Amino acid sequence: MKVSIIQFPGTNCDYDTQYAFEKLGATTELIWHKATELPADTDLLVVAGGFSYGDYLRSGAIARFSPVMDAVKEYADEGGKVLGICNGFQVLTESHLLPGALKRNDNLHFISKHHHLKVASTDNTFLQKMEQDEVVNIPVAHHDGNFYIDPKGLEALYENDQVLLHYCDKNGKENNPNGSVDSIAGITNKNKNVFGLMPHPERAIDAILGSDDGIKMLEGFFNS
Amino acid sequence: MTAIVNISLKAGVLDSQGKAVHHALDALKFEGVEDVRVGKQIILKLTSTDEASAKAEVTEMCESLLANTVIEDYTIELIS
Repeated sequence: MKVSIIQFPGTNCDYDTQYAFEKLGATTELIWHKATELPADTDLLVVAGGFSYGDYLRSGAIARFSPVMDAVKEYADEGGKVLGICNGFQVLTESHLLPGALKRNDNLHFISKHHHLKVASTDNTFLQKMEQDEVVNIPVAHHDGNFYIDPKGLEALYENDQVLLHYCDKNGKENNPNGSVDSIAGITNKNKNVFGLMPHPERAIDAILGSDDGIKMLEGFFNS
Repeated sequence: MTAIVNISLKAGVLDSQGKAVHHALDALKFEGVEDVRVGKQIILKLTSTDEASAKAEVTEMCESLLANTVIEDYTIELIS
């Protein structure tokens, strides 16, 4: 199992992501954004979190035009599995590999804390190890995590089962930290091979650090 | 030629910054403010001297990079 992790200038979750996947038994490779090809044996491509290009203009807007993004698009178009975490989610929406956009948090604050999430759909390769409506505790750390999509786009997401995660409280009741439409925390593309989420499962892999709920999620990402 | 691009969130997309500024103006007793929208301005110095081609080029810049048309609108003003 090979996980390739994209690094832009300003990416800062690359090594955490590498550590988490290696802990689960994967081999990993960090891919600098100037690369024009991805390792041929890539099973999962991760656009890691951070602040690519200092979040200048809009989060993810400049990274979208990095040389490596042509290869990422091609990989996704051919059905390869792509995971975008936090800034990676923002890069994927800016690249139109995922619908919608991530706006500034409603309360205008950078939010960094553990938050609960509820699994909205397991009918996809990413969350196949999770249970429907399962509640997990995974940290969030973002300024621009306020997911927006117009009503028509939202309807299409639900029709095609593309909404994977909602923000909730520990009892599974809706609890929206950032103003996201319908408390959405993660979505896939139509073909369900590209998944973006704002929370950081790679930071929830050790109980001593607050939660190891991320393990089950990450395992599902690469064991299929 | 100079192009002044103004970018703001679309009508209907909640502008949290605008709302916060509005509240602050209220707190300062500026009572005549109906609504506040916060945007950004990008000023481009262009080599082009032809208005039509400059407009076309800046429009393309806005569509591809300067604005995210999923959530933002933009206007272009050219000054020669």
